[in-house]
Amino acid sequence: MKIHEYQGKELFRNAGVPVPNGFPACSVEEAVEAADRLNIDAFVVKAQIHAGGRGKGGGVKLASGKDEVRKIAHAMLGMNLVTHQTGPEGKNVQRLLIEEVSNISRELYAGIVLDSSNCRFVFMVSTEGGVEIEKVSKETPDKIIKEWIKPNEDLKFYQARKLAFALGLEGRQVGHAVKTFMALWEVFTNYDCSLIEINPLVVTKSDEIIALDSKINFDDNALFRHEDIQDMRDLSEEEPSEVEAKKYKLNYIKLDGNVGCMVNGAGLAMATMDIIKIHGGKPANFLDVGGIANAKTVAHGFKIILADPNVKSILINIFGGIVRCDRVAQGVIDALSQVKVDVPVIIRLEGTNAEEANNILDQSAQKFIVATNLKDAAEKAVNVANKEQL
Amino acid sequence: MSILVNENTKLIVQGITGKEGAFHTQQMLSYGTRIVAGVTPCKGGKKDVNGIPIFNTVKNAKKLTGANTSVVFVPPAFAADACLECIDAGLDLIICITEGIPTMDMMPVKNALEHSHTRMIGPNCPGIITPGVTKIGIMPGFIHKPHGNVGVISRSGTLTYEAVHQLSRSDIGQTTCIGIGGDPIIGTTFTDLLPLFQDDTDTEGVVMIGEIGGTAEEEAAEWVQKNKFSKPVVAFIAGQTAPTGRRMGHAGAIISGGKGSAGDKMQSLRSAGIKVSDSPAEIGIIMKTLLNDSITV
Repeated sequence: MKIHEYQGKELFRNAGVPVPNGFPACSVEEAVEAADRLNIDAFVVKAQIHAGGRGKGGGVKLASGKDEVRKIAHAMLGMNLVTHQTGPEGKNVQRLLIEEVSNISRELYAGIVLDSSNCRFVFMVSTEGGVEIEKVSKETPDKIIKEWIKPNEDLKFYQARKLAFALGLEGRQVGHAVKTFMALWEVFTNYDCSLIEINPLVVTKSDEIIALDSKINFDDNALFRHEDIQDMRDLSEEEPSEVEAKKYKLNYIKLDGNVGCMVNGAGLAMATMDIIKIHGGKPANFLDVGGIANAKTVAHGFKIILADPNVKSILINIFGGIVRCDRVAQGVIDALSQVKVDVPVIIRLEGTNAEEANNILDQSAQKFIVATNLKDAAEKAVNVANKEQL
Repeated sequence: MSILVNENTKLIVQGITGKEGAFHTQQMLSYGTRIVAGVTPCKGGKKDVNGIPIFNTVKNAKKLTGANTSVVFVPPAFAADACLECIDAGLDLIICITEGIPTMDMMPVKNALEHSHTRMIGPNCPGIITPGVTKIGIMPGFIHKPHGNVGVISRSGTLTYEAVHQLSRSDIGQTTCIGIGGDPIIGTTFTDLLPLFQDDTDTEGVVMIGEIGGTAEEEAAEWVQKNKFSKPVVAFIAGQTAPTGRRMGHAGAIISGGKGSAGDKMQSLRSAGIKVSDSPAEIGIIMKTLLNDSITV
């Protein structure tokens, strides 16, 4: 799960990570009120969307005076913000953050993430703040300095000091940075984060260290013990069809192809997408129905897939282990009588009771195409989709 | 022969009275798995529906039944603790089926594993099976072919079944099949199992099923090259069409920070001399060809 920059900064502030003073705003009035409360002359107005690269897209603007805050807020709220992370369709701006301007002397980077190659969390810093960190890590990997945190241990003061000195900090800056890094680690562990990134982390002209940005992702598996974090969820930032799918415990991700697919298991779902591509098609989605492929889940699956107008055929690929294929077959037939499916459906059932399942499919009056194996299924699904497309 | 589990495996089921645990206990028993005990705190002293004795603690279950392995069907919030209990009791092997364990909870488990002789498979995995001998987990037993010569290691669930099914259809039996799990932190990975298959005289080839995310496949490629792994390996990587930054079901299946793409993994495997199948439908056929080639040579 992701949260907005202003929400992340609230968590930072409470833990002792210095952030600029500021307030969120959902309307022009609230933006002006925020400026009032800050009681200063120079502001930054920042669009709050779950994507980076906002500055380049026009989502971060400086304002001198309340009137300019009003003007910028008016233009920014409701705008469609396109960045390299939103895709060409962009994201609608519904919230702003009004902040004081910081007195920047240096721009750094700090981040915490899991290094799954050695099962340790890694604390990373770089002198190359303010630019895309992926680019830095690719082109100049030695400019990213890392400290690994041992399992069952916390970030140590000496590690935080090492990071601070590696950044070339000196004097009072070192103490401020160490305090900031320790506080960041506390946020990371207290809230079961899967990623924290601050880009840029700035050194001010008065030697303060301030988190000018915040990006936090949480481990979805641990959300059950963080109700306060769950409350921060902004569903408007998520793809509506994916939110809908979650209600039925379906794992759906929308893609841009024309062959819809419904599969049990994440690995097999990915493999099904791959084989569609190999046979000249393009998958319209990832959909893992999990271990419950009954009429109800299949019907919901159909509805979610068909909400995407690009879909020209639907491939159902179920490998029945514990799920019995005959039950899945009946489920598909029942679902087809409940939901109007106006594109060809290709079904491939394998595993437990596959033979009985194919008998049930053969005897059904519903229209669908039965495939004998994975390759056959992909070929058929791609062929009919491409024919329908013409 | 086989690796890790065989006829001497004496199994504890943790969470034997839960819905999943009870169902799969039945399934495993009918496959012939030697289940000697169940563990459910506060239900010790009772027996389950199959007459298997239930204990309050793993320690007692081990002491009184001689169990050496445990399979964990405990809910995600308590599963890491259940694994720690097994390590403390000194079991040889833990198979953790549970999906959805918080990463932060897995840290102490990983740490305890590093300081013990216990091995762990999973979490978030289908389990391990030596066909015809013992099945520990949730995989359908009947798709496997006993007395075989190919080992299977996979990060996936149903995709593993697909691969095993293709092997069996091609008349290739399996020595042992292991689902290592789809989480970012897992107990056992490709590089831990390849040496075991290297030493297993019955295993003549290995199928590796990987997926996007992490670097486990790259490390496996490196290991194969460095250690001159002598048996043919067929690999498939799921997620060639997966978009960057989106988690594809499994917590570990995500391409992030420009790392973990299927393309990179396939290239690493190929440069290590591993045969990579582009299509998930040709894993069985390719292994068949490789095995035939190695006979004629």
